Amino acid sequence: MAAILELDNVSAHYGRIQALRGVSLHVGEGEIVTIIGANGAGKSTTLMTICGVVRASEGDVRYMGESIREVRADLLPARGLCQVPEGRRIFPRLTVSENLDMGAFFRRDPDGIEQDRSMIFRLFPVLYERRRQYGGTLSGGEQQMLAIARAIMGQPKMLLLDEPSLGLSPLFSQHIFKIIRNINEERGVTILLVEQNANIALKLADRAYVMETGTVVMEDKAAALRENPDIKKAYLGQ
Amino acid sequence: MTRGSRKSWQYFGLGLAWFYFLLWPLLGIHDGELHFRESLLVWLRVAVVTTICFALYRLGKRGALDPVLHPAGRARDAVAAALSRAPRWMFWLPLGALALAYPMLTNRYAQDVAINVLVYICLGLGLNIVVGLCGLLDLGYIAFYGVGAYTYALLSVHYSLPFWVSLPICAIFAAVAGCIIGYPTLRMRGDYLAIVTLGFGEIVRIVLNNWMALTGGPNGILGIKSPGVYIPHLTDGTFSFEYLAVRKLEYLYYIILALAVFTVIAVYRINFSRIGRAFEAIREDETAAELMGVNTFRFKLLAYALGAVFGGLAGAFFAARMRFVSPESFTFIESAMVLAMVVLGGMGSIPGVILGALALVALPEMFRGFELYRMLAFGGAMAVMMVVRPAGFWPAARLGKRSDDTE
Repeated sequence: MAAILELDNVSAHYGRIQALRGVSLHVGEGEIVTIIGANGAGKSTTLMTICGVVRASEGDVRYMGESIREVRADLLPARGLCQVPEGRRIFPRLTVSENLDMGAFFRRDPDGIEQDRSMIFRLFPVLYERRRQYGGTLSGGEQQMLAIARAIMGQPKMLLLDEPSLGLSPLFSQHIFKIIRNINEERGVTILLVEQNANIALKLADRAYVMETGTVVMEDKAAALRENPDIKKAYLGQ
Repeated sequence: MTRGSRKSWQYFGLGLAWFYFLLWPLLGIHDGELHFRESLLVWLRVAVVTTICFALYRLGKRGALDPVLHPAGRARDAVAAALSRAPRWMFWLPLGALALAYPMLTNRYAQDVAINVLVYICLGLGLNIVVGLCGLLDLGYIAFYGVGAYTYALLSVHYSLPFWVSLPICAIFAAVAGCIIGYPTLRMRGDYLAIVTLGFGEIVRIVLNNWMALTGGPNGILGIKSPGVYIPHLTDGTFSFEYLAVRKLEYLYYIILALAVFTVIAVYRINFSRIGRAFEAIREDETAAELMGVNTFRFKLLAYALGAVFGGLAGAFFAARMRFVSPESFTFIESAMVLAMVVLGGMGSIPGVILGALALVALPEMFRGFELYRMLAFGGAMAVMMVVRPAGFWPAARLGKRSDDTE
């Protein structure tokens, strides 16, 4: 399987504090890969570094064979690399419809955008009902759907998801993860998923990385990690 | 009397007592002597008016006024429904006719006030792009007004360029100034940006004040030409244009009216465009906007430059109307006034900013009799607004207007 995304020994700093220490990982085309780990392990920083919001101080990030380490964050969506940031971060005082338009901001094909919006509304009927409301008036789960839908509006080849289950009920988390699987299977979108809820993430993913204090400490098939006694103890609460 | 209402009356009484406590030192201490008469009189008037208002408010809350308010409310709803069915031109036609006929119906003084209002509408709408749409708090906006005014002043005095040719040059100069000031400052966010723009606004004023060779320093620049119009003229079978300098106030009124209408249309178009949506996305969440592929720095710079353009246009008109400019006209208090118009009217809302300009320029003129208490009334009005309408007179509400579904 060809790797669509590769991190090669990446380090990153916030000021003088080192957040990532030599992270290496790869994601194959069409895969669902998850990064699990505790608070402050560097999971979100890894995604922010891939997207160029945080600059890698060492190492290289390659996307579809090309280095994107020096590429500005706002140029990546047009190359098919979209992120659903942590805490959803939808635009609260734009309407649902305008939020979706922002996801397609870099696209110049009004007809295609219109088609994709109709597709999104079929996929998420609740967003259609609320299309004229301000994004900030949606419930947490609806906002998460909107955040994912907004990312899909950019027709991504690869989607980076940061804690999509954050603050959602277990039932709604299941629903969101079903949607993520659908996006992967039907649209062939590669997914890199960061999750604290290791249980649900390991059930969804093909492969998984475990991060601790800014570095990758374990890597395996998700199914194998689910059976690993250390993981069971530390992350699955069994 | 219920417990809730007794409590609210208690708070009201406490508020009135506190008000007197604040008022008395302001009005009661003259030349080392203590007076009570004047402060008591003012306080009594305020107390009577606010008590009546408060009593009505309480009655309304308890439903005692329902027999009166209900038919009134129904009548208002009926009128609103009828109005919403009426075509758009039903509003624009009388409004436009009124604006055009205004100089014929009023005296010099009223025209002067109207010109002031229109200048501030241009300024407010320009600042509205930066503050209301893009969410960048700019405390030095008046600098661009100054750049526009001085650009026209210098072009007119040194090169005797006519007003209409200078106008676009002023806009370009203001936009360039916006980029120059924006480039270093826009890397900052929030409070830091506000402080830095405040500093840059003052820098511009101080440069104007001290660059004697170019700007004449505190003496300003005299002898700026009024806007001129060319009137086609037919004499002895030859066709020629006669130059006519516009000095009369009503013609100046028409020029600024045209500028204001141009500003409204332009800002409206920006507001409901893809660029306007990007501005708002930046206001809402800058990092998220960047992740959507918005080049946030470039768009913030664009917002700054666009805002500056309208400030520059207003400035050019200001110079042409006064035929004199000096740094005194571009102090921080002017920036604060324009910002107050935007905030009071409703951030991001075009009718709101227009109402804000009207309220802050025209109302003080109407109440010239109470000049002494102007600032007091101003502060009181601000406080009441904060409680009653925290989002401004006419908050921006355009749900689903920009990207309505087509299904």
